[in-house]
Amino acid sequence: MGEKDRIYKSLVDIIGKDFVSNRQEELYIYSRDPGASKSRSVDYVVMPKTVKEVQRIVKLANEEKIPITPMGGGFTLSALVVPVHGGIVLDMKRMDKIIEVNEKSRYALIEAGVSEGALLVYLEKNYPDLQHSVPEAPPTVTVVGNALIHGHGHISPRYGINSEMVNGMEVVLPTGEICKIGSSSLSPYWFTRGPLPDLPGLFLGWFGTTGIVTKLSIKLFPKAKYRDALAFSTDNIDLISNVIFKVTQIDLAEDFFLIAQEKPDWMNHVFFIIIVSGEFEEELELKKELYKKIFQKYKGGKEIKLVEEIHPALRKRFLDVPPFAAVAADFRKGGGFEYTGAILPIDKVPEAWRRGIEIAHNYGMTYSYVHQILGGHSIMFGFNYSFNRADEEDAERVRSAIDDSNKVTLDLGGMVWKAELGGQKLMLEKMDPNTLDLIKRIKKLLDPNGIMNPGNWGD
Amino acid sequence: MIKTALEDYKDMIHRCFRCGYCKFTSDYSGFNCPPYTKFRLETYSPGGRMWLIYASLVKKEIEWTDSLSNILYTCTMCKNCVEKCRFKFSEDLVNIIRAAREEIVERALAPPKVRDFLENVDRQGNPYGEPREKRSDWSKDTEIKRYERGDEFLYHVGCVGSYDTRSQDAARALGDILLKSGLSFGILGNKEECDGNEVNMLGEAGLFDLLIEKNIQKFKDLGVKKIVTLSPHAYNAFKNDYPKDFEVMHYTQLLRDMIKDGRLDLSKRKENGFDATITYHDPCFLGRYNGEYDAPREILNSIPGVELIEMERNRENAFCCGGGGGNFYTDFMGSEEDSPARIRVREAYDTGAEILVVACPVCLTMLNDAVKMERLEEKLKVKDLSEIVREICNL
Ligand SMILES: Cc1cc2nc3c(=O)[nH]c(=O)nc-3n(C[C@H](O)[C@H](O)[C@H](O)COP(=O)(O)OP(=O)(O)OC[C@H]3O[C@@H](n4cnc5c(N)ncnc54)[C@H](O)[C@@H]3O)c2cc1C
Ligand code: SF4
Repeated sequence: MGEKDRIYKSLVDIIGKDFVSNRQEELYIYSRDPGASKSRSVDYVVMPKTVKEVQRIVKLANEEKIPITPMGGGFTLSALVVPVHGGIVLDMKRMDKIIEVNEKSRYALIEAGVSEGALLVYLEKNYPDLQHSVPEAPPTVTVVGNALIHGHGHISPRYGINSEMVNGMEVVLPTGEICKIGSSSLSPYWFTRGPLPDLPGLFLGWFGTTGIVTKLSIKLFPKAKYRDALAFSTDNIDLISNVIFKVTQIDLAEDFFLIAQEKPDWMNHVFFIIIVSGEFEEELELKKELYKKIFQKYKGGKEIKLVEEIHPALRKRFLDVPPFAAVAADFRKGGGFEYTGAILPIDKVPEAWRRGIEIAHNYGMTYSYVHQILGGHSIMFGFNYSFNRADEEDAERVRSAIDDSNKVTLDLGGMVWKAELGGQKLMLEKMDPNTLDLIKRIKKLLDPNGIMNPGNWGD
Repeated sequence: MIKTALEDYKDMIHRCFRCGYCKFTSDYSGFNCPPYTKFRLETYSPGGRMWLIYASLVKKEIEWTDSLSNILYTCTMCKNCVEKCRFKFSEDLVNIIRAAREEIVERALAPPKVRDFLENVDRQGNPYGEPREKRSDWSKDTEIKRYERGDEFLYHVGCVGSYDTRSQDAARALGDILLKSGLSFGILGNKEECDGNEVNMLGEAGLFDLLIEKNIQKFKDLGVKKIVTLSPHAYNAFKNDYPKDFEVMHYTQLLRDMIKDGRLDLSKRKENGFDATITYHDPCFLGRYNGEYDAPREILNSIPGVELIEMERNRENAFCCGGGGGNFYTDFMGSEEDSPARIRVREAYDTGAEILVVACPVCLTMLNDAVKMERLEEKLKVKDLSEIVREICNL
């Protein structure tokens, strides 16, 4: 029996043959994602159901020194779940239990494979007054995958990014120990991550290089009865930072994002979209009035205009949770889409805006923007590129455009969010050497055999 | 090389983003793609299939293998993906699967069970390989007669209703109701031939064309103007794929109309009504394929005493029984606990209903078997709507 057959058999011994594959078809699908990155090879696809199974698989991998890449929805678009050095892709989607909702302390304890869609509907049906922060990603992506990459959702402008909403986790360490993090390490309640040394930070933003999260407690927030969208537009790009500052000075928006598109012409302006919500209709109206008042201050409403009638399709796009943002994949009838998510200081937005347009035009594309304001301190600035998957040259163009966008991001003092390998490399090169060394030391300490998604955040 | 239908879609298949809307019900509360629900690997999702079809048959990056065949043929063609995919090309998703199957049938790469199905239809006019001479055995002790020129309706029973012992009862039930109502109709008996819906779904375009030709000729020779079908599968083929030389109705539509115009009165038939809680399972080829969700419900609602309780997944969100696309015979989905039919039966049971009503012989056999596997036969009966109506009519 060859080496690979022996490992395959060991994996089958752990979870049975139905959920282990080394067949060509699974290896093909799991060796690429819907973004523009080139495919990379995979040796085994495994779908565990229990934490014990995860533990046994990790122990096996650690003994045999086989790379493991944990996967949720696999939808970062930056191929973070496509192994760099082969090995096992651990698809977590069968671990899909919503274990508990604690209504009064407002948290949900879920397994790693619970999709955004599943939690959304579960709360709508059982706890209609509560909500979690839902990204614009397709509903099949996982709540855990999203939190682990510092994702952001439709209430992030008010409550912070989704990794900040993590109360605690259960993690299988690369050496196989099952470890509880946060209040659950000393209490049956999963209600807070502190006051303890902030261990969740060892797993948030690490792209699965420090362990496998099997359970996670995520904060829930009040869900107001009434919601509405306000849209304002301007052509003065230089005003953007100031407007963001003003809008976030009054803490009344649930969501706040900027949107613009070169085509059609009527979309080719800077649109500020503010989602307001309220427990009472009067509250909603008051919030709307207050925002209108702020915008009135810009040259008596001449510089920034209120969009009186938002087109119903657009209103739907603004208010839907999640909206159908994946439509971008069909802009060029090609099924491909990727974006550099630049996390930028607010005052760098106008320059990023202009340079993003330049990059798109350099590659013969039109620009298309959706940027979310993250709590009044930074912005997720999306350099978005749609491409034709059937056309390798087009995909290559997008890879180059992403690379240029990453460089602009770093140039402007920003950081690349959920960066693909190229973006990670740029950041590591620029990083303070002692920080880089600390990252390496933490990885070595937790994962002495370097089995966890190796190749990410350096080797 | 013969040009297959895949050629028509080769500039569309790669447009699938693999975003997964197609796996769900419309509110994302559960998975609704039968093979994905069972296998859970991304390869078994509609998006996975699109990418694999593209990789193997268009881009030719990967070889054709048995497991690829399995992935392609576990699809029950239930059209949930068509309903849930948010992109403009969604309408063509099952057409792409069918076209891919056509290509592999053409290249003689179809799995043995599919080949058996097709050969049986070719030789005996039915997928089971049963003799043609036995096709009408189900009608032996009934008064249902052969179709004669001038009859208003041809009653097309289809292969499952003709040969499957459980579904034969539904075939008889419908025949009895039609007799009782005084409708002038007849069957083709042993001359009836497969309508080819599943042959088409399995990708045998040539055989499907041949069946259409043969059937149309027969209908013409006999002067058939109207057809009523027991099976939504046959209804689908006649309505959407055959030349529009005749009118076709699914039997639930005919019965609904007969109730409306007074030819069939269920309200007075049984003194104390029916007194049963019923849940109704929408067959894919009646519902998602042809938009007929109301006729069966209208019939059930016209029966005094019937309490109709909907399953969580109903109408365009109904979960397929797993038998479509020839799976009732090829059985790529198996009968384990996580097979679609058993999942569906548990969902029906959870409603608290006493009877799970279907309006399709394929669903009837699939769900009837599943009830037994679940050991629920004492608690949940599976019946075809025709059987319920026959009972009401005291036939
Ligand atoms: C159209 C579109 C719109 C989007 N909009 C948004 C948006 O508004 N906000 C946003 O935040 N994102 C957005 N995204 C990006 C992305 O889809 C989401 O962030 C998504 O939630 C990521 O989750 P996932 O389950 O796909 O993660 P995956 O890609 O599966 O995983 C992400 C990373 O986490 C690791 N990982 C996954 N599970 C585990 C685990 N259990 N233990 C350890 N490591 C693990 C993986 O190895 C990987 O490195 C969008 C994407 C698209 C296509
Ligand atoms: S078929 Fe449609 S919904 Fe499904 S993955 Fe492809 S694009 Fe997405």
